Amino acid sequence: MMLDSILFYFFAVLAVGSAILMVTRRNAVHSAVFLISTLLATAGIFLQLQAEFLFVVQIILYVGGIMVLFVFVIMLVNLDVAVRQMKFNRQSWVAGLLALVLGGLAIVVFRSGGGAFNLMASPVTTMPPNAEQVGTVLFQKYFLPFEIASILLLVAMIGAVVMAKRKI
Amino acid sequence: MDPTRHNSTTEIETTVLGADEIILNMGPQHPSTHGVLRVKLKLDGERVAASECIIGYLHRGVEKIAEHRSYQQFAPYVDRMDYVAAVSNGLGYCEAVEKLLGAEAPPRARVVRTILTELQRIASHLVWLGTHALDIGALTPLFYCFREREEILKIFEKYCGARLTTHAFRIGGLQYETYDGFEEEAKRFCDDFAHRIDEYETLLTENRIWLGRTKGVGILSAEDAIALAVSGPVLRASGVKWDIRKAAPYAAYAQYKFEIPVGKTGDTYDRYIVRMEEMRQSRLICLQAIENIPTGAIMARIGKVLKPPPGEVYHAIEAPKGELGYYIVSDGTTQPYRVRVRPPSFINLQAFDKMARGSLVADVVAIIGTIDIVLGEVDR
Amino acid sequence: MPFGITFDDIRPFIAPVIYALVIVAVLPLMAGYIVLLERKVMAHMQARMGPMRVGPHGLLQPIADAVKLLLKEDITPKNADALMFWLAPLLSVTMALLAYAALPFGPAFQIADLDVGLLFILAISSLGIYGIVLGGWASNSHYSLLGALRSAAQLVSYETAAGLALVSGLLLGGTLSMKGLVEAQDQQGVWFIFIAPFSFFIYLIASIAETNRAPFDLPEAESELVAGYMTEYSGFRWSLYFLAEYANMIVVSGIAVTLYLGGWMRPLSAVHMHIFGLPYELLDLLPALIFFGLAAWCSKLALRQGEQIQKLVMFLFVGMFLVLGAVMAWSLTSPSLMPGIHGAFWFIVKVLVYLYGFLWFRFTFPRYRFDQLMKLGWQFLIPLALVNLVMIGIAIVLVQQSGWPLAIAMIAANVVTLIVAFWLVRQGDKPMIAVLPAEDELPDVGPGEIR
Repeated sequence: MMLDSILFYFFAVLAVGSAILMVTRRNAVHSAVFLISTLLATAGIFLQLQAEFLFVVQIILYVGGIMVLFVFVIMLVNLDVAVRQMKFNRQSWVAGLLALVLGGLAIVVFRSGGGAFNLMASPVTTMPPNAEQVGTVLFQKYFLPFEIASILLLVAMIGAVVMAKRKI
Repeated sequence: MDPTRHNSTTEIETTVLGADEIILNMGPQHPSTHGVLRVKLKLDGERVAASECIIGYLHRGVEKIAEHRSYQQFAPYVDRMDYVAAVSNGLGYCEAVEKLLGAEAPPRARVVRTILTELQRIASHLVWLGTHALDIGALTPLFYCFREREEILKIFEKYCGARLTTHAFRIGGLQYETYDGFEEEAKRFCDDFAHRIDEYETLLTENRIWLGRTKGVGILSAEDAIALAVSGPVLRASGVKWDIRKAAPYAAYAQYKFEIPVGKTGDTYDRYIVRMEEMRQSRLICLQAIENIPTGAIMARIGKVLKPPPGEVYHAIEAPKGELGYYIVSDGTTQPYRVRVRPPSFINLQAFDKMARGSLVADVVAIIGTIDIVLGEVDR
Repeated sequence: MPFGITFDDIRPFIAPVIYALVIVAVLPLMAGYIVLLERKVMAHMQARMGPMRVGPHGLLQPIADAVKLLLKEDITPKNADALMFWLAPLLSVTMALLAYAALPFGPAFQIADLDVGLLFILAISSLGIYGIVLGGWASNSHYSLLGALRSAAQLVSYETAAGLALVSGLLLGGTLSMKGLVEAQDQQGVWFIFIAPFSFFIYLIASIAETNRAPFDLPEAESELVAGYMTEYSGFRWSLYFLAEYANMIVVSGIAVTLYLGGWMRPLSAVHMHIFGLPYELLDLLPALIFFGLAAWCSKLALRQGEQIQKLVMFLFVGMFLVLGAVMAWSLTSPSLMPGIHGAFWFIVKVLVYLYGFLWFRFTFPRYRFDQLMKLGWQFLIPLALVNLVMIGIAIVLVQQSGWPLAIAMIAANVVTLIVAFWLVRQGDKPMIAVLPAEDELPDVGPGEIR
């Protein structure tokens, strides 16, 4: 539908534009804010694909958790010195060469036709609620990896607390 | 250490927060310093490593002025020092000069002075309670306290025409006879007040948040308190039972029965409890005094022109904030040679550093509030 | 139509867009009047009267405040980051308004009935943190930044507790959609607050902390040393932050009402008492009665006004209440409109009751110190929420698999949670292990020697 396309292009332009802005800013906080808008645009695309659980989780975890952490760190470490430093200017030629190579590769892959990827058409029928599906799969099929991942996160949290405290 | 040498910008020594020491400047304009007090804190992370109080922003040269005024002319000036408890200041000064003159106010004057001074003690403690609670975040007790204080100020206004800087007493006694209905109004206030204090207590005393903010905060041990010459409720909360009304009674205090509340640990919560109990005891003193006001003259016969014989006197009273002392040196003329005021807030403020070291930054506001300072007295 | 968009494409969007416009238009006014309500309630609790001069009983005060704030000079600090300074209040307000998209004001009055409505609102609340953090950063003041980071840390901590409390309510409802949760309460015939009171209690505390209200308002307090994130903002920018805070308050109230207090349902909705054989229920007359009562009270107040113009405004209010009462009464006759109108009424009343709780707490309790605040969140609320979740889960399994009656299972679960709560409180009262550094660890500086 036409409206779907308009929304998709809106989110796509937002995502790509924010990403470009993010890598070209000198101010780290600006970059973080543009990364946030990139992630939000991606979440919008998830919603369009009827993966509403993923949409919400992307916002809660990525934008609301990980980016908050990034922003805290950027703000707590003074970057005045870093901003005035020359950054990676000597590698711009290498970077340009690599970008050309990657672009060429992407074009070749796309040209080789739709058989290379399994690009699905956007679903027109409504799917069962995404949250329930994700929950069912996570707790039935992938239960052990889920528990292992939880323990891993717990270990990371304890490690962070131990390292940060001055006295226990 | 004079204020003119320091600028009031903050010097931040590092750019990485939290790793090194930071100097934090609080005041002189700050909602919680109860006046123009400037406090410089050296912070080690969240804790106060050292502190410095910079005063003098309200210095008006009151003691110098005293040398150029006659004894009666100087009496209104003393009200302006501790402007929250003006009547007590007046009492101390008038009694000091009376001591110098060798005169004594008549019994009726002494009892009325006692009633008004105890009412003023209640009013001063109400201001303290309201502002201290406000600093800690309880917005409501302030208005309740000021509602009660309004009744006291109405009594003062009817008596001497002024609410705050009353100049209620004269050297030798009182100028004004008590107005019709003075005893009834004072008694009515005292009767009402008992359950009002209970109202404040229900809001604060058992409240977990209040306990969390005041227990263990700003501890001052008894030895430190005595060593720093602290007086008043701060001293009593640290466990030292010393009250000039009992130790060296003045005015009519010897006739009345009252208790001296004493605390145990000397933290902010103990100071709160001590002052609440003091308000109750003041109320009891008032009731006892109102029962039995002697009749008679209100002014001693000391003449209009006061020329005390050369000599010196130190007279101290128990003001709401602590021991308020007047050291007056007379050279035989109508103007004193020197009037030195021992302001309780100034001396109690010395204990601030002791109390604030090692405490969290968020507690500094509570500690300043709990000492109960009035900058007019600290700076004179 | 251009671009091949047909009317059918647009049709599903018309109603949500209208609802959205209504909400965005009405919300600043509502937030302003909630500020007035707060000032009046605060004043009456403090033995005084609050705004009385601007309009009768201060009713036009919010408008005066709005005009003043709009006309104020817009000051931007010199070294502030201009983009962030402009963006921060915008983010706060946008996120606060965005959360309204999933709130069900009535059975038909909801902008978007997302399948993951509750999670969506949680997600938007977590985005609101950026408004605070960027605002503190953009102020170019060391202490504003510290205050902002503290506020953000507080928000993040209490979000976890709020989320866990909501999950236990979710278990009872069985669906993430906000509309579905109210319907689940309708089906079970009882509000979830009676089944899971601890969830409500935890959510209540967490929501107060989420919105930076007393007793958790340390980042905003004026008498604390560290300046808050709003310090450098004045005029309209500040009013945006303010609007965001009150809009947030309404959102969290909306969530609590939807999840625990029955949403748009009438109290005792399972009880059907008919009046004298007419097809109308007695309890459905309540809205109309409430409005007529308000009209009577306002007319009594109107007669006491001093000036003509105040009398006139008061009578306008009387008229408004009479009209609203009539609408409520008339809507009983049309079964298609009744659920919508009465639903909206009950939702708003319940939100107001919850908000009154917010106001009440603000003026009664002192403020928590930051470390005590974090301790409360991490060492009391989160463990309690986890235990509560597990208990509710066990109770639901017992009810569904083993056939226990709902009441017994829930009472047992809540009793266990109560015992754990008391134990946690007792643990919290014990002094922390490392309280004060020993005297010899502090730098050796005498009093009055700071250089």
